[in-house]
Amino acid sequence: MTDLKQIINTKLELASSPHVHTKLSTERAMQMVILALLPCVLSAVVYFGIYQLLIFLVSIGIAMGTEYAIKRIRNQANTLSDGSALLTGLLLALILPPNFSLVFTGLGAFVSIAIGKEIFGGIGYNIFNPALVGRAFLQAAFPVQMTTWTKTNFNVDAVTSATPLGGFKFDGVAADLSSMFLGNTGGSLGETSALAILIGGIFLIALGIVNWRVPVSMIIGILIFGTLIWLINPEAYMNPLYHLVGGGFLFGAFFMASDWVSSPITAKGMWIFGLGISLIIVIIRVFGGIPEGVMYAILFMNAWVPLINRYTQPTIFGAKK
Amino acid sequence: MTKELTLSKEFMKGVWDQNPVLKQALGLCPTLAVTVSAVNGIAMALATTFVLVFSSLIISLIRKLIPNQVRIASFIVIIATFVTIVDLVMKAQFPELSKSLGPYIPLIVVNCLILGRQEAFSSKNTPGRSLIDSLGMGTGFLIVLFVLGGIREILSARTLLGFQVLPDMFEPWLVMILPAGAFITLGFMLGFSNYYAMHKKEKTHKEIIDTYLSSKSQRLATHRTEVLAQEKAALEAKMKAKEKSDDKPIDNDNQQ
Repeated sequence: MTDLKQIINTKLELASSPHVHTKLSTERAMQMVILALLPCVLSAVVYFGIYQLLIFLVSIGIAMGTEYAIKRIRNQANTLSDGSALLTGLLLALILPPNFSLVFTGLGAFVSIAIGKEIFGGIGYNIFNPALVGRAFLQAAFPVQMTTWTKTNFNVDAVTSATPLGGFKFDGVAADLSSMFLGNTGGSLGETSALAILIGGIFLIALGIVNWRVPVSMIIGILIFGTLIWLINPEAYMNPLYHLVGGGFLFGAFFMASDWVSSPITAKGMWIFGLGISLIIVIIRVFGGIPEGVMYAILFMNAWVPLINRYTQPTIFGAKK
Repeated sequence: MTKELTLSKEFMKGVWDQNPVLKQALGLCPTLAVTVSAVNGIAMALATTFVLVFSSLIISLIRKLIPNQVRIASFIVIIATFVTIVDLVMKAQFPELSKSLGPYIPLIVVNCLILGRQEAFSSKNTPGRSLIDSLGMGTGFLIVLFVLGGIREILSARTLLGFQVLPDMFEPWLVMILPAGAFITLGFMLGFSNYYAMHKKEKTHKEIIDTYLSSKSQRLATHRTEVLAQEKAALEAKMKAKEKSDDKPIDNDNQQ
């Protein structure tokens, strides 16, 4: 009798999936992604100095504070403990340029959570990747600061340095592939070291948290489209390997595009999504006015996800078309 | 309109209840495009209000002469006349402002706010009422454009109407000059106005329920006292009757 009363008196709360009882909860997935990002954080601190830790702290702090305040204002259950706000703050910090202003970092974290996530209804409802929304806002608001790339600690002959992609686009200088792989080049905090990203990314795929189709289709796509462009004129256009390890491509493939909420849910849809992102990246990098386009490509394809989901629904077993 | 509003309410509905931008979402193109600064917003709103007021007046005066089939064309001709006046006056008197507003002054001709008011209001109401309605709508438009332009100007240039309001330390947000800034700011304004309206609605709902409940409880209380009084009277009457009948048998016995 008391059990029944308890059940009746319990307020039912709407929460985002997964509802299935399994070891893999939202909290655990978020913890694993955060763990997988640690090599990137480490490479950021090693290459750009201890100051970068402050950017991480401010970004995470403001993101979590914003989430808490909005849930409080809207009288909703607090979702701070699932770690998604922490992850958004961490991801945003990793795609900011080194030695970025802390005030702007905080503003970006606020925009990420408030406009990128909570306006759509909170975790599980956002159309766009929140961290990329924050970065797109900062890119539009402070274009100069967002494209000032500090040199790495192991590069002593300059104060600022161009990113490999920017250097190639504007000066025709090709950077050294091995230093691009290790991360000893200009670029955003977490995106320079392909090695650190691969360690974290493969860890996540092995755990099954990131579906392998999105990163793999993106990598295949960029190799195909990059090679096609390169074959037209190997002198003027970049080697496809530069497309692969340069800029934010790998970081975007493993940690941004593969976001559960803003990527397609069907296997076929994931291939379309990944190939589409790669195509747009190559178009922006080769023909666009800016050297890098991973952020815009992912945000653009995020907008297509509902349509992709609708048209790639698998037919029910036994059903006739 | 079946119910006639008072003149002040007719004016105020344009400012808030049926605000052209926040509630009807009319005239969004100039709203988003020209509000880079507060001055531009004010100029645009004043030009629109001028056209709105005079075309409303003229159209409500001749509303019975316009054949229904060609009414839209007639409205456009009248509106275009006043837009041409505004355009030429601004070019002559304020060439700088005219240049910064660009094609958006001639485009007032096709502003759906103006045509919408003619279609919905002026062609059905008396000139006096149309004048007040268009003045209210113009004021509402002016307030929204001033606030929107002001916010964008403060954040993108640290100034309001040309006066510096934020310290040099504040780094201007370039995004606020871009169309994206207009969309973000207008989105927040719409959100807050809807939130406020919802809050107000809830409050009025609560008040209606409260007044209903208190009147009901009063009625119930009077009903209760009435019922009690009736019962009391009935019981008293019964007791009296019983007393009498109790007395009677004794008498009867005595008589027997």
